[in-house]
Amino acid sequence: MTTYKRNDGRKLDETRPIKMKVGVLKHADGSALVSIGKTVALAAVYGPRELNPRHMQESDRAILQCNYTMAPFSTKERVRPGPSRRSTEISKVTREALEPALFLKDFPKTTIDLYIVILQANAGTRTAGINAASLALADAGIQMRDLVTSIAAGKIEGHYVIDLNGEEEELTDCDLPIAYMPREKKFTLIQMDGKITKEDMKNVIKLAVKGCETLYEHQRKALLEKWSKEGFE
Amino acid sequence: MNIQTSYIISHLSKGMRLDGRKPDEHRKIEIEIGPIEQAEGSARVKLGGTEVIAGVKLEVKEPFSDTPNEGVLMVNTELSPVASPEFELGPPRETAIELARIVDRGIRESHCINTEKLCIKVGEKVWMVMVDIQPLSHEGNLIDASGIAAIAALMTAKMVKYDEAGDKVIYEKTDESVPLDDIPVPVTFGIIDGKLIVDPTLEEEESMDGRLTITTNEAGDVCAMQKGGACSLTFELIEQAAEMSIKKGKEIRELIRQSL
Repeated sequence: MTTYKRNDGRKLDETRPIKMKVGVLKHADGSALVSIGKTVALAAVYGPRELNPRHMQESDRAILQCNYTMAPFSTKERVRPGPSRRSTEISKVTREALEPALFLKDFPKTTIDLYIVILQANAGTRTAGINAASLALADAGIQMRDLVTSIAAGKIEGHYVIDLNGEEEELTDCDLPIAYMPREKKFTLIQMDGKITKEDMKNVIKLAVKGCETLYEHQRKALLEKWSKEGFE
Repeated sequence: MNIQTSYIISHLSKGMRLDGRKPDEHRKIEIEIGPIEQAEGSARVKLGGTEVIAGVKLEVKEPFSDTPNEGVLMVNTELSPVASPEFELGPPRETAIELARIVDRGIRESHCINTEKLCIKVGEKVWMVMVDIQPLSHEGNLIDASGIAAIAALMTAKMVKYDEAGDKVIYEKTDESVPLDDIPVPVTFGIIDGKLIVDPTLEEEESMDGRLTITTNEAGDVCAMQKGGACSLTFELIEQAAEMSIKKGKEIRELIRQSL
């Protein structure tokens, strides 16, 4: 079998260049900027804070509210502002990918508000958003079971590849994004578009897990960079 | 944990469910073809006490600029108050949108609709296949009921005529079917106490930690997946679900065929 050459010269199991920084916003309680290749995601966290209207409050826990937005200038064709079916669904799965990592019972009647803005989009925006959101939550000092990491993998011309870029998304047999808690070894997001066999599916997931472990190191480094400077361990 | 949840979990540890089913058993599935004469294709599906109608309508539209020679598929769901006192009027919220998108993804990614055959004039006119799902009764697992209804409706849908000169659709059914090459079937699992239950009821949905939907096709390939709910799951559980969804999907596909 000939080896598949990726159009950007990466190895099959190599992610695009990753940059992560926390504490990038002045007014948010926690924030993070994550770029993976040309995709750039910004996340801001507020709270836990009082939730209004009060009928939305849960008496025994905090709620997590999550909003995913693409900036109008983030893609080739302008994105129309306001919620779309796609962004509504991504907001929901993102929230459900992060909730398992939080101790919401510690903050009854409050809300943790999470805003994700995709500043530039070139594939993998939901996964970049989750990576940024998880960092922002940690940066806000909110206790977590584990950091949530997220990446997609696929299969192109018979080869399993990680972190698809825009061109590769057109070529792949499947696009399978996951979110994963590396220390807990648990999946918190699974979606898939495409058509592959059960065996392929398992292998693609295993490859994505490897990518998540790499991202985990980047996340830890980003947090240490800010917080060790300010005298925390 | 409330009493109902602990009750469900304690029964599940003995392999039992409240309605007497086994963990890998669906409720009774009934499929009625063509209840809506006006629609190009329709199906009414009962999954125990859950009931939905799916209808297919065809329209002629301009294709998307990136696929000028392909017809367009759209799946839409509205959770109307007729199906449950929990549903409210108004624009679709995230539950309805997610439901429609899970069904949509299964159909789209299996490539069961031959969209190139739906092209009338490249770059100008293509058929748009609209699948609308109307739940009539919500007693859990709207996803599978909707997915089965949608594909059954598509399988029986007939093309209508298009008057090119007058640029309008003449809603007279022809003998030609909507071009379909595959039968994707979604199977949804409730995840509760680290275990999988097929086709959760409303009671089980209220108690479960989350769900996983896997859509498979005729060849036994996986064509879409979606996890829902604030839970986390292990690799082994995903593996187990994939295995079961292929087996269950096959049974349901047979049932759809028999109903035609």
